Formats: sequence, structure tokens, C-alpha cells
Amino acid sequence: MIANLPFIAVALLIGIALATILLKKNMIKMVMGLAMLEGAVNLFLVTLGYRENGIAPIFTNAPEGADMVLPTVQALTLTNIVIGVATTALMLVLVMVIYKKYGTVDADKMRRLKE
Amino acid sequence: MNVLFDNLPALLIAVPLFCAFLLPIIGRFLPQIRDAWIICASFAASLIAVITAFTVYTKGTIVYAFGAAAGSPAAPIDSGGIPFRIIFTIDGFGAFMLLSAAIVSFAVVLYLVSSQKERSGKSEFYALYLLLTAGIFGMVSTGDMFNFFVFLEINSLAGAALVSYHRRGGIAAEGALKYLIVNTVGGLMVLFSIGLLYAQYNSLNMAVIASQMTLSTLNIIALVLFITALAMKAGSVPFHFATPDAYSVAPSGITAVMIVASQAGLYGLFRILFTLYGDTFNTVTLGWIIIVLGVLSMVIGVTMAIPQKDVKRLLAYHAVSQTGYMLLGVGVALAVLGDPVAMASYGQTAMEGGLFHIINHAMYKGLLFLAVGAVIYRTGVWSLNKMGGLGHNMKWTMIFFLIGALAIAGIPPFNGFASKLMIYESVFAFNPALSIIAMVVSILTLASFMKVFHSMFMGPQLPEYAEVKEVPKLMIAGMVILTIFVIGFGLFPDLVVNNLVAPAGDALINKGAYITAVLGGGL
Amino acid sequence: MTIGLIAKTAGRLLVPFIFIFGFYIVVHGHLTPGGGFQGGAVIATGVALILVCYYYRECMEKFIPVTKFKLVESAGLLLFICTALAGLVVASGFLFNWLNATGGLFGNAVAYGINPGDLYTAGIIPILNFAIGIEVFGALSAVLMFMFAGLKEPTQEEEDAKAPVQNMHKGKIGGRK
Repeated sequence: MIANLPFIAVALLIGIALATILLKKNMIKMVMGLAMLEGAVNLFLVTLGYRENGIAPIFTNAPEGADMVLPTVQALTLTNIVIGVATTALMLVLVMVIYKKYGTVDADKMRRLKE
Repeated sequence: MNVLFDNLPALLIAVPLFCAFLLPIIGRFLPQIRDAWIICASFAASLIAVITAFTVYTKGTIVYAFGAAAGSPAAPIDSGGIPFRIIFTIDGFGAFMLLSAAIVSFAVVLYLVSSQKERSGKSEFYALYLLLTAGIFGMVSTGDMFNFFVFLEINSLAGAALVSYHRRGGIAAEGALKYLIVNTVGGLMVLFSIGLLYAQYNSLNMAVIASQMTLSTLNIIALVLFITALAMKAGSVPFHFATPDAYSVAPSGITAVMIVASQAGLYGLFRILFTLYGDTFNTVTLGWIIIVLGVLSMVIGVTMAIPQKDVKRLLAYHAVSQTGYMLLGVGVALAVLGDPVAMASYGQTAMEGGLFHIINHAMYKGLLFLAVGAVIYRTGVWSLNKMGGLGHNMKWTMIFFLIGALAIAGIPPFNGFASKLMIYESVFAFNPALSIIAMVVSILTLASFMKVFHSMFMGPQLPEYAEVKEVPKLMIAGMVILTIFVIGFGLFPDLVVNNLVAPAGDALINKGAYITAVLGGGL
Repeated sequence: MTIGLIAKTAGRLLVPFIFIFGFYIVVHGHLTPGGGFQGGAVIATGVALILVCYYYRECMEKFIPVTKFKLVESAGLLLFICTALAGLVVASGFLFNWLNATGGLFGNAVAYGINPGDLYTAGIIPILNFAIGIEVFGALSAVLMFMFAGLKEPTQEEEDAKAPVQNMHKGKIGGRK
């Protein structure tokens, strides 16, 4: 049971993040929900690599005779963090442009494209 | 010279990246050669893609391992037979998508160079364009699941940045924001599924996962997430919300390339369905799900396109509808995958029809968007209510729009007729009702385009458009390239199907050939 | 509301240490946790500290304009792609580790298993780390400066003009403190 705790946390985080994206009206909160979703997927990936009583997968001055956790998933997580930084920066800049031109960040008021 | 030919797949992404990274420096210190540089860079990238495609067609699947000396297998000698290098695996289907991406991206560059002449921020625009090209080329060539996800995200980021480039009072930013949110959620779902697959099979290589795939609960969850996310990227119903908004506010040339990017999402969907999963499960149910998605896309796309007044939004809804044709054709092939008799009689034709429609759609939809973009460039309005009588001034644009409209409606001798005929025949043998729905949608498409053509080009010349001239020569050159392929593929469909499409269809149906090409027949 | 003299001075004192720490993370990427992106992000944090302590316009005049950061970003990207293509020319493989075990710049051989790390190993990997480090630093700093340019900040004269009225309401004598 205690080993499944990170997976339960991932499920909860994904649920909260999807609820935020779908239900909130403020665009900044929608962007925050997306950042939380990305954090949940990162947590899932890192948890997949965990091995019982493992140490960090680094050879420099490592203690003898211990198992190491998987390093490949950590590389996947790092790439996802970089992609997340770029995506969040672009989304925030787009929200800033919308705020300057529309005067609001309310998602209900952004209906100029549907006529 | 041999070094170049051995490393062709690496040059596929290295050349556009190198030219993109040099563009800001050229834009700052030597702005006179910027236009010539982007045309040469795009020509070089497209040339490398075409050469790679023809090498695959003549010599078989190319497997290229990054970071190794040329010709090394994916599994190094001292790894115990486990392939851990990142590889590019280009088989018939990948070569087919490379061809269509190469032709459209070069034609659009010719158009963009002259339509963006008076705009600012051109260095970053062309750099993002080359990044998008590199992303599309990489996405259809890769043989590694996580590499596929990285190129998917490159496509969505570069695409969203390009969509929002001309601000136009904020509506471009709104369309780009919706596009980015939908694509990011889709990308995260793909990453979740990749994590699930890695945890079970301890490998990210597509061939290794395919050779060990079984049907368990976790794999079914991963499959559902993949289908949802990649259908979101391809713009099929019920996830088509971002597509019309993003396509209508983007610059016209960019929309033509984004159609190719969303078809790369279709490539991913078919690769996962046929090669990763294949016949480990009951394909009839899954085939029917894809068919239902296709039929819904066709019908809803065309019915929402008819009352539109913004001409680019109308074209975007038609793009959703045509995606339904591709899903219908390949869905029928998936449904009969386990039945060799039905496969030989009509399944093969359905698969080839769906795949042929992919390249045809890129050609004629690109031509339509470029022609409409030319009209908007000269007149400055994009609402059908305000346009009229432009046939007097813009004769070439009218001819190109007419060719594109006849091709999308499926009139011989253009290429739309060839692929739609194959889809009608084979789907009729599978289930007659679907074929009738497809033909009705085709008639509605023709009606919609006749309305658009009449209100844009026919009629008396309006006084406010008296001084509207024809568009510059470079834009016409871009449209001519696409027209040559529209007419050429329509006049010689047998040549194209036998040489280009049939290898792609065989590569998809034959899961074992893909695994043997990468793993060498051992594992 | 200005941020105060203490914060400005502390920011200016801390920034060199942040830069050195980030550079350490970049250079030791092949031995310890870290590498290109992580180190570059830490260096960009130093620039963020300067941006928060000073007004954007003061930053631009006193420190570095945005175009220099974009040049740094392009330089990092070009170093990365040239090193990768050099593998193609020298030893016929894109991104091939052509400096590994040759005794050149980073060319010592790596010992298997657990070892105290040697900085001069691992071929082109430290060079790629360095390229990504300076690219991320330039890009993130440019993004931050462009975002700050979109804010409306009061200039120093407007601050001084408002101050006597504020202090009068609070009961202080003699205007701005």
C-alpha cells in the first residue's frame, strides 16, 4: 500500500488539474492548471523508475554495492520539464497580449472568433 | 559525398536546424540575403527529403542510429542484444509522408517570401518556419517513442508561435492560445502512455515494444489515450475545437503547412495502430471506432462549413471533413486486418485510398489556402459578404481556386477523384451505408465551394476593387508548383498508386517487416 | 513603491555567486547531477534577481540590452549544431563522440564503475553542456526582459512627486524619507 502512494497522488493531481482547466474562467488559472498537469505527469514518470532501497544513478563517489534507480525515466522527465517551460512561457505571453487588446482575462468574454 | 549519402536521415533534421539557427544572426548583420537564404535552406531540406524517400523506395527500409559510426546497427555489440540507441526508421509510409511534406513546405516558402515583404520580425518568423519543417520531417521518420513525443511538442510550439504572428487586434493570440492548450494536453496524454509502455517493456524502441506487445488492461488504457491525443492533433471530431480558430487567424501560407503538421499526427495514429498494436487485439471493434470518428468528422465538418462567412474558417471546416475520409478509408482496412480474403479483395484498396487521400489533401487544400490568401493579401477583407467580382482583376488566382475547388469535390481529372473513387469502391464492399454517406458529403462539398467561388470571383466588378491587381510572381510560382501535382496525380493515378502508395500500404499492414528491419530477424 | 536600497544592494552582491554556482552546475554536468539546462536556468535566475530589484528601464540603461542576450542565445545554438556536424565530418556519424578517448581537450578515458570523477573525460558531452547552458541563459533572460517590458512601471520622477503626499497622510515631517 505504501508503495502505491505516489500513484494515488498522481491520479489526484491529474484530476484536480483537469478540473481546473475545464471549470475555471480566468485564463491565468487555466495556465496554472496546465502546469499542474505537467507536474503530475513528471511525478508519474519519476515514480516508474523507483527501485526498492535504490540510490541516485551517479557513479562519482557512489557507495558500494547498492542498487540504483532507473536513469532513463529521469532523462524523459527532464526533457518534459524543458518543454513545459517553453510552453508555459509562450502561453503566458499570449495571455498578456490578449489582456492588452481585450482588456480582460475572462474566458467567457473571448468570443470574438465565433460570429 | 559518400558521407552525405550514408547519413541522409541525420541531415533531414540537421540542415533545417542549422539554417534556422543562423537566421537571427543573418537577419541582424546581413539582412539583404535573408530571402535568398530561406529559399535555399528550404530547397535543400526538401531535396534531402525527396532523395531519402526515393532511396527508401528503391532500396528498402532505412535504419539509422544516432551517435554511432555510419552503418552500425541499433544494438551495439557490448549491450547484450538490447537496442538502446535512438534510431530513425524510414519505411514506405514514412517516405510517403516525407514526400508530401517536402513539396508543400517548399511551395509555401516561395509564397511566404513575397507575402511577408512588408512585415517586421521576419528573421524569427522564418527561423520558426524552418523549425516546424524539421519537426515534421523528424516526426514521420523516427523509430523511437520518446523521440516522437519530442517532435510532436516541437510541432505544436512552433505552430502556435507562427499562428499568432500577426496580432490583428488580439484575435490571432486567442486562436493560438486555444491551439496551444489543446495540443499541450494531447502531448501530455501521449507522454503518459509512453510511460506506461516503458514501465512494462523496459524499452522505448518501437520495434522492441511491437515484438513484445500483448493485450492487457494497461495496454488498452495506453491505446485509448494514444487515439484520443492523436485524433486531437489531427483535428477530427469530437476534438476539432482548436482547428477552425487556429486556421482562420494564421497567415495563409502557415495554414497550408499546419495541415501537413496535423497529417503527421495522423501518421502517428496509424503507426501506433498498425505497427505497435497490429493484430494482437480484435481489430473489428477498433476499426469501427475509427470509422465512426471518420464519418462524424465528414458530416459535421461539411455541415458546419456551409453557413460560414469567413472564408478561411470555411476552408478549415472542410479540412476537418476531408480528414474524415482518410480515417474512413484506413478504418475499413483496420477492420478487415485479420481476414485475409476480405483484405485482398477490398481492404488493400481502402488502405491505399485513405493514404492517397493524405497527399492529395495536402496538395489541393494547400492550393486553396494560398489562393484565398492571395485574395486577402490584395483586398484586405476576409468576409464573403464584402467580396465580389474579383474574377475581372485576378485571373490567375481565379483559375487556381477553381482547380482546387474541383479537386476537393472529387471531379475528374483532378487528384481528388482518384482517391475518393478508391474509397467509395472499397467502403461499398464493406458496408453500403457508409459509402452513401461519403458521396452525399462530397456533393455538399461541391455545393459549398460553388457558393464560395460565385460570391468571390463571379458577378459584376465592385467599385472598391477597381485597382486590385494580380499578386506578385513568387506567390503565383508557389501555387503553380502545387497545381502541377494536383493535375499530375489526377492524370496518372495508376503510376502514383503503384509506385508511391502501395509500398506505404504494405509497410503498414506488414508488422513483421518493420520489426525485422530494425532487430535483424533475431529477437 | 520602490523596492528599497537594501534589496538593491543585496541583489547586486548576490548575483556573482549565483552566476558562479550556475556555471559550476553546467561544467560538471557529466559527473554530478546537473548539466546544460539546469545550469542555464540557475544563471537566468541571477538575471531575474536584477530585473526584480531594479526597474526595467534602469536595467536596460545600466546593465545589458535585450539584443545582447539574443546574440548569446544564437551563439550557444550554433556551437551545439557545429559540434554535432563536426562529428559528421571527422568520423562519419552525426553527434558521434569524436573527442572520446583521444587525449585532446576532454579526451581522457573513462574508468568503469564507481570512481572519483575526472573532469576532463567524456568527449563532446561537456562542450554540448556548455553550449546548451549559454543558450538557455540567453533565451530565458530574453524572455524575462520581454515580459517585464510589457508591464507599466512608474518612473522615478513620478515616485518622488507622489511621496510628500503619502508621508503627509502618515504624519511624518519633512517630506520623503
